[in-house]
Amino acid sequence: MKISLNVNGKPQERDVEPRTLLVHFLREQLGLTGTHIGCETTICGACTVHLDGRAVKSCTLFAVQVDGRNVTTVEGLAADADHLHPVQTGFWEEHGLQCGYCTPGMIMTTSALLAENPNPSETEIRHAIEGNICRCTGYQQIVNAVQHAAKLGGKGAR
Amino acid sequence: MPVRPVSVGERIKRREDPRLIRGLASYTDDLKLHGGLHAAFVRSDYAAGKIDKIDTSRALARKGVVAVYTFDDLRGKVGRTPCVARPEPGRDAEHPLLADGFVRWVGQPIAVVIAEDRYVARDGALDVSVDISPLPAVVDLRRALEPSAPRVYADHKDNIALHIPRSNNPEVEKLFAEADGIVKLEIINQRVAPVSMEGRAVLASWDEGPQKLTLWTSTQVPHLVKQSVAQCLGLSEIRIRVIAPEVGGGCGAKIPVYAEECLLPWISKELRRPVKWSETRTENLMGTTHGRGHLHEIEGAYKKDGTLLALRGRVISDCGAYPSFFGASIATFTPLMMPGCYRVKAVDVEVVVVYTNTMATDAYRGAGRPEAAYTVERVLDEVAVATGLDAVEVRRRNFIPKSAFPFTTATGAIYDSGDYEASLAKALERFDYPAARAKQAKARAEGKLVGIGVATFTEICGLGPSTGASPIQRTGSWESGMVRVEPTGNVVITTGASPHGQGQETAFAQMAADAFGIDVNDVEVMHGDTDVVTHGVGTFGSRGLVVGGTAVHMALQKVTAKASRIAAHLLDAKPDQVTFDGESFRVAGSERKMTFRQVAEAAHLWNVPIPGEEPGLEAVARFEPTGTTFPFGAHFCEVEIDPDTGEVALTRYLAVDDAGKIVNPLLADGQRLGGIIQGLGQAMCEEVVYDESGQLLTATLMDYAMPKAHMFPRIELDSTCTPTHLNPLGAKGIGELGTIGSTPCIVSAVLDALRPRGVKSIDMPLKAERVWRALAEAKR
Repeated sequence: MKISLNVNGKPQERDVEPRTLLVHFLREQLGLTGTHIGCETTICGACTVHLDGRAVKSCTLFAVQVDGRNVTTVEGLAADADHLHPVQTGFWEEHGLQCGYCTPGMIMTTSALLAENPNPSETEIRHAIEGNICRCTGYQQIVNAVQHAAKLGGKGAR
Repeated sequence: MPVRPVSVGERIKRREDPRLIRGLASYTDDLKLHGGLHAAFVRSDYAAGKIDKIDTSRALARKGVVAVYTFDDLRGKVGRTPCVARPEPGRDAEHPLLADGFVRWVGQPIAVVIAEDRYVARDGALDVSVDISPLPAVVDLRRALEPSAPRVYADHKDNIALHIPRSNNPEVEKLFAEADGIVKLEIINQRVAPVSMEGRAVLASWDEGPQKLTLWTSTQVPHLVKQSVAQCLGLSEIRIRVIAPEVGGGCGAKIPVYAEECLLPWISKELRRPVKWSETRTENLMGTTHGRGHLHEIEGAYKKDGTLLALRGRVISDCGAYPSFFGASIATFTPLMMPGCYRVKAVDVEVVVVYTNTMATDAYRGAGRPEAAYTVERVLDEVAVATGLDAVEVRRRNFIPKSAFPFTTATGAIYDSGDYEASLAKALERFDYPAARAKQAKARAEGKLVGIGVATFTEICGLGPSTGASPIQRTGSWESGMVRVEPTGNVVITTGASPHGQGQETAFAQMAADAFGIDVNDVEVMHGDTDVVTHGVGTFGSRGLVVGGTAVHMALQKVTAKASRIAAHLLDAKPDQVTFDGESFRVAGSERKMTFRQVAEAAHLWNVPIPGEEPGLEAVARFEPTGTTFPFGAHFCEVEIDPDTGEVALTRYLAVDDAGKIVNPLLADGQRLGGIIQGLGQAMCEEVVYDESGQLLTATLMDYAMPKAHMFPRIELDSTCTPTHLNPLGAKGIGELGTIGSTPCIVSAVLDALRPRGVKSIDMPLKAERVWRALAEAKR
């Protein structure tokens, strides 16, 4: 099936099998390997991307379902190393990551949170990342990272 | 006069992060090679059975399927699944790379389908039909020990993989006879799944021209993978390059070298094409090693004053269906660490490691020591209840005093240093223990179930020396470090440790920056590539900094010494007249000096030859620890339990830890916080569940409960610093500390909350249902 969509602001037209998952489409057809696969069951959130600005899990969406829509992946958050999204800065400053595998999903989920709620409480942050699992950090430094980003004016460029 | 600020000891943000936060890091599955194929495994649906027939014809007929392999294709051509802790003959078990006639656990690989595309490989795996005649399976540990139990290996006389009998130490019996009382506990330390967020992934590429295999694999131990794969495939190790690219966590489960890591290289060599496999989460939960899985029957002899005199009993450890890499040896650390931070006079504990028809167990964050700490803490809580003493007071009365270090425990462990009183005192003050108890009394009076938990603990980190490893373990305990100075004075470090989130690209760069007076960003730390890195061991057992960092430190010192000799010659001084002030080499009593960068240039230009020296500036070092470090801590927490639902709410958690000297407190905090939540995960929700027939019931993250952000309050951290004399860094290891302290701490709190309602014992995980049932049963 032919699909056309915008990924990180660039139009893409591709032929995909109807069963191709969005995450595999992004990783294997577009080479955007920053979006990770952690559970294949919408539990862990490692595959979180933005679909028309909202955080969604790309491991349980088919690529054909996003035909005509806008997808942003972690690679699309910052133009270059000098223009990080505030959430990315927050994660770096506050040691919000260790192995880094859940990080792109965490960053996409929390950047969507800050876009909706620029000044969330700790409880709201913890609730927002309930659907993202991190095995390394124990979440506390992730909470700190999001608070740090909020102080920077967390919405960022996008 | 210090010229520049030192970076060791500072909260320096990580140099690993820019690539990770932008999604630009390369994990194994992110790599794509030209002509690359994908593998998908056909796995056993039965826990025990005889394979009658495997039909691969439909898979082979599928468009895009390149090959299908079963054990018949491998017979006589490859070795068995690697293991460095082999049980004795008669108890040891061959574990083939693909099932050889029999299956012994749900998830065991039977066949592998190789295809042009990931989806087609999985289609092909579904096409393979396997006829299995089921055999009786054994899952329960006690059942597995009964003479009538089905045997996991029919040719073995029983299901025992390793047995270390009681020593029948007469001192233990004497102390039990002298005791005022005996507490008796049966403790389940349930089986858990490590669940690194990146599962295992392997990419193998055989290059027929140079006759060389490159193997990218998500591992903690690339050098051990190289050795193991070489041995399994009968290849020379100089024909193998193993690369651990970005590795998304390990938690111990990426120490074992697995069948898949041996099989894919063999297939790549057969097909002369690259082959990749990334496990699904279900494969991860059924086919990557599990942790814990202990049953302890333990008795503690105590005096009325709270003194714990002696421990005796039995540790039964679930080996799973085959001896994994270190698997059978893990439980041997449990009796060793059973005394904890207490002056227990004698310990006599039997160890039985038992085969069952389940996934193999192996190291999991703590590996044998959390099981010991959990049990001794439970015993001390029971001693407190039996004597009517406060739980904190009982611990204090049994502490090994600061003056007694180095201290040899009743089980022969030599504790390097410790000040348990200091960490406890700090924790009591920060927690405001009397106020917390007063608040609890008030809450209880209002009918609330509030509990306060305490755990004081120590553990064994950065194991060494190599001669003292577990009796059946065959790996060295040393680590390598190499420092290479470029002509500009920029520095490359390689380490045999294989960090996968620990942050050593930053920590080791800090050490080099301080050693040479250069910027942290002018140091590159390389690891995880056996063609680049001097032979090494890897990252596990909280050894990265303690052992690996010390090797780097030694190499830095060697380079500094040579640089100093070069500077002395060029400055026309004697070597003993030259000192390094953090930026320049200076001649005592003169203005003559050279910066480190000037020395580096001179070492490479060599236009002024230095007598007795070789050109260049680099050094390799290996650190072989003479002993093992024992970090420690005191943790306190508070829980409130909903009596109607049994739900446990953790309302407060404080950790005061002592890991000796800290190189980067930001990284250390990360290790501690992550470890604490991982330990709380085991205590509160995690559990691998097999049914009686050996079917895995927790095969997705919908069924296997992971700790999540909303379950926890902000963890409060504080620390004390008791350096070790066993390495020049004074560092004791920090990776596993939190996990070891937090599990007993919260169980202590939950039992403290439940005891007034008549609940005497409870096993993890402390799920609402289990707590509710305990309350309901106590009421009856």
